[in-house]
Amino acid sequence: MPISIIDEFKIRRLEVLDESGEADAELMPPFDGNEIKKIFERIILARTFNQRALSLQREGRLGTYASILGQEASQVGSAIAFEQSDWIFPSFRETGVLLALGYPAWQLFRYWSGDERGMSAPDGLNIFPMSVPVGSQIPHATGTAMAMKIRGAKSASAVYFGDGASSRGDFHEALNLAGVFKAPAVFLCQNNQWAISVPRHLQTAAKTIAQRAFGYGIEGIQVDGNDVFAVYRATKDALNRAKSGQGATLIECFTYRLDDHTTSDDSSRYRSAEEVEEWKKKEPLIRLRLFMKKKGLWTQAYEDGVAGNALSEIDKAISQAENYPPPDKADIIRFTNARLTLRQKKELKTLGWEK
Amino acid sequence: MAKLNIVQAINSALKNEMKRNSDVVLLGEDIGRDGGVFRVTEGLLEIFGPERVIDTPLAELGIIGSAIGMAAYGLKPVAEIQFMAFSYAGLEQIFSHAGRIRSRSRGRFTCPIVVRMPYGIGIKAPELHSESAEALFCHMPGIKVVVPSSPYNAKGLLTSALRDPDPVIFLEPSRLYRSIKTDVPDEDYAIPLGKAAIYQEGKDITVVAWGAMLHRAAEASAGFDAEIIDLMTLKPFDEEAILNSVRKTGRLVIAHEATRSGGLGAEIAALVAEEAVMHLKAPVIRVAGPEAVTPMAKLEDAYMPQIDRIRKAFATVMEF
Repeated sequence: MPISIIDEFKIRRLEVLDESGEADAELMPPFDGNEIKKIFERIILARTFNQRALSLQREGRLGTYASILGQEASQVGSAIAFEQSDWIFPSFRETGVLLALGYPAWQLFRYWSGDERGMSAPDGLNIFPMSVPVGSQIPHATGTAMAMKIRGAKSASAVYFGDGASSRGDFHEALNLAGVFKAPAVFLCQNNQWAISVPRHLQTAAKTIAQRAFGYGIEGIQVDGNDVFAVYRATKDALNRAKSGQGATLIECFTYRLDDHTTSDDSSRYRSAEEVEEWKKKEPLIRLRLFMKKKGLWTQAYEDGVAGNALSEIDKAISQAENYPPPDKADIIRFTNARLTLRQKKELKTLGWEK
Repeated sequence: MAKLNIVQAINSALKNEMKRNSDVVLLGEDIGRDGGVFRVTEGLLEIFGPERVIDTPLAELGIIGSAIGMAAYGLKPVAEIQFMAFSYAGLEQIFSHAGRIRSRSRGRFTCPIVVRMPYGIGIKAPELHSESAEALFCHMPGIKVVVPSSPYNAKGLLTSALRDPDPVIFLEPSRLYRSIKTDVPDEDYAIPLGKAAIYQEGKDITVVAWGAMLHRAAEASAGFDAEIIDLMTLKPFDEEAILNSVRKTGRLVIAHEATRSGGLGAEIAALVAEEAVMHLKAPVIRVAGPEAVTPMAKLEDAYMPQIDRIRKAFATVMEF
């Protein structure tokens, strides 16, 4: 018997906006000028938060922080594709996603200063607390998507993670379940090329992360993760597929972490300054600025105004966060169970945390 | 002899044993080129090469599971998990395989792996970087659990772990990593597993502690005639050392930062209840974390048993 081919796969890569600021007319999402400006402003806001967070950490006013520099297009471009009823499961490197979804900046500062109250999403935002164990949140999105299907909701569930997370079992089990149950889930991998010191090519022998979707019978696509329009388009397409009963999609946003892994890391130990410089030339804001300039949407004065507004918004958030009363010690115990155990009630008294 | 901190002492133990025994291989995330997130394996890749210092993909289950396979084949793998909470993904491998292979194969296959991980609260790290789940590992048969409290015993205990025929979970108190320096011999030496050390002699109260809490208990003992036992091996722990001391003092306080319910303090208290209850003059007191999730940085000091709480326990047992 001859060997026959029973299946094949191809990896698609989506790019809309090139580095010179030219957009593909057919693939360009139908944004008007104001919407494009709003995207630009969200990226500036995310970047401003990021810069201020890094400074505050150096001053000892924040704990360890994970920078998003370079990944703003992947984060903002995907976040603006969601609807209010969709559910989001972030990792710990998602400042741009959270701010674009309307998560209060001052609460994010609380979180990074070591205060759980920062992770209590305001009502109306279906955003889970950011997950610290890498990749462990991916199955949650599958489950929420399955629940949406069971309830007949026209919503989708999305989860953010990185290239490192795709090596964990959680990732594979979550994609497999989503495939089997045709769950309306969107798996957003920001492949930023480095999982702390481990480069992408040592993370998996596969050529792309996107192609892993095929093993689980779901859709997979790679997008230029520094191209905000491509990321938006891929996310919107994936959400449309999910909401019309066509199942889950894995999106690999091909991007780059320009800063250290976190403020506790020193990336000069494991990667070259030349590599970082090359990627700096491709960072998402440069091409968006060029595009907007061609469309008459950008001037230096406009950007200065946007940056000034962002800085005062972020500084206001910082002072709100820092002036917030410190957490109540009793909260350590209070939120552990719906009904406190006898021992917990006793501990609250013996520790002097509750009268 | 050099003055080393715990990070350097562990590095020294690994280096000596890797020179002595070519079967020893290290595997984990960022342990090679980056030298580990706490720099414990710094410089070892350069000496021993990438086949013995293996930078792995991000996969705790895979790291521990493949270490088991390596060990079965005859290597001596040492897995590093970056923080204790990240070992939870690999618990099935530890509980269902590492701890059972010898028993299930009636000795035909064994699992002499070491799984190293920083643990404990007190460095204002992000969420889930401050766990104290040592009791979880102690509960499961077939594995040993070791916690050093000083650079000297860190090196000696790890050397023993590296020569042990069974799986050893080696828990490194992250709070102590760089905070204490002691004389540590350059050559290798072994401190036997299963033996506690008398950290401080005393007549009135037996205090059992380990890791970072040992130092806090010692500090709290000023003004009390307390005998402080550094347990060092939590599984199997040194029952005789505890019983001998309690028979002398008649009082027992156990201090650990882990949550009290189901903590290792309960096992120690039960041992004394079973074997030495007639020697007790006072109730046994556990000073431990409350029944709650380890909080983030802003509240971690409140969660950790503080000196005044330990002193209060000492004062309480002295009332009897």
